[in-house]
Amino acid sequence: MAKSRTQKIFWTAFWEDNPIFRQVLGICSTLAVTNLIVNTVVMDLGLIFVLVMSNVTVSLLRNLTPRRIRMMVQVLIIAAYVIIVDLVLKAYLPDISKALGAYVGLIITNCIIMGRAEAFASANKVYPSLIDGLASGLGYSVLLLAIAVPREILGFGTILRGTPWAVQLLPESTTKWVIMVMAPGAFFMLALAIWIARGWAGGAGEKDKGTG
Amino acid sequence: MVELNPFVIMFAAVFTNNILLTNYLGMCPFLSVSREVKASWGLGFAVILVMTATTTLNWLVYTYILVPTGLDHFWYIIFIIVIAAFVQLTEIIIEKTSPVLYVNLGIFLPLITVNCAILGASLFMIIRGYGLWQSTAFGFGAGVGWAMAIVAMAGIRQKIARSNVPPALAGPGIALIIAGFMALAFVGFSGMIQVQ
Repeated sequence: MAKSRTQKIFWTAFWEDNPIFRQVLGICSTLAVTNLIVNTVVMDLGLIFVLVMSNVTVSLLRNLTPRRIRMMVQVLIIAAYVIIVDLVLKAYLPDISKALGAYVGLIITNCIIMGRAEAFASANKVYPSLIDGLASGLGYSVLLLAIAVPREILGFGTILRGTPWAVQLLPESTTKWVIMVMAPGAFFMLALAIWIARGWAGGAGEKDKGTG
Repeated sequence: MVELNPFVIMFAAVFTNNILLTNYLGMCPFLSVSREVKASWGLGFAVILVMTATTTLNWLVYTYILVPTGLDHFWYIIFIIVIAAFVQLTEIIIEKTSPVLYVNLGIFLPLITVNCAILGASLFMIIRGYGLWQSTAFGFGAGVGWAMAIVAMAGIRQKIARSNVPPALAGPGIALIIAGFMALAFVGFSGMIQVQ
């Protein structure tokens, strides 16, 4: 019984309410970091860490937080974890930290984290909140990678560029789709991803939840 | 780094480095509010006001308080607090002094605290090492650029509302494709000035 409830929470957060293609939340960083797979993976890991930890913390403090100032408390909790991620990245992965730049800090205002803290963690126990955070984070990461992989292949002709495992996938002589690395490519790829995912999952059309 | 004229920075922030279309910031309200031109104007003005003021305030706080005391790695928390406090204060002042403005602008102010473009502008100005006037100009320019993009988008979406969009693409999907075309158009500006 307990297991099926866990699975249900996981599936809802991972797919049925997928942060990106269902709720269209948190896409600022989606678009900015998806031109290289390695940046995307680092961003995903940071985001999952912050999402899980902030969900757990918000859930632990849910009975102690006065309702009127709970948004402020949540923002401060999230900001504290983002600072941890930022310092760790600066210390161990300075190059990627530089490439991600301001976008690590912008995890704070990533609407997914606030959204999950407000909608789920502030009203649920610690363990379900942990599962919810993990599932939302994974759902977000999968879509981000689905956008990053074609962008990098078409834009640079490589996979995992900037890591020791880089593979030149398209021959050097191929014309690179410069537009894929630039801003418009990101918008088109995300629109395409939303289109495919919504068409495939059925229940297409408007489902408005996003505000911030 | 060459000292850039604040006006150059402002111009670049509006056109060549539009915070929405090249840095992807403030997408959430961009997609959810840009259904009506009127609401977009309201939100646009609120963003210009808050962004100009918070970049200036955050620059002062960062330079004169955080750096001398060695607390500069807490900048995320401090910036968020400054932004939230400023938004709250503005809301109270507008409510007391100008009821008309409050009706038009008031409902958009709370949305702004979680607008990533506001925090983003403050972070960019520190990372790029701007001075005080440069920061103010950058904040104002970025706000104008954002407002311009959302109003243009709302205009296009009002026309699109009557056309036949594939169901799975309706709403955010088609908005993103439009944003893509707008971004393409803005790429055309990038030859004019390069500011990083």
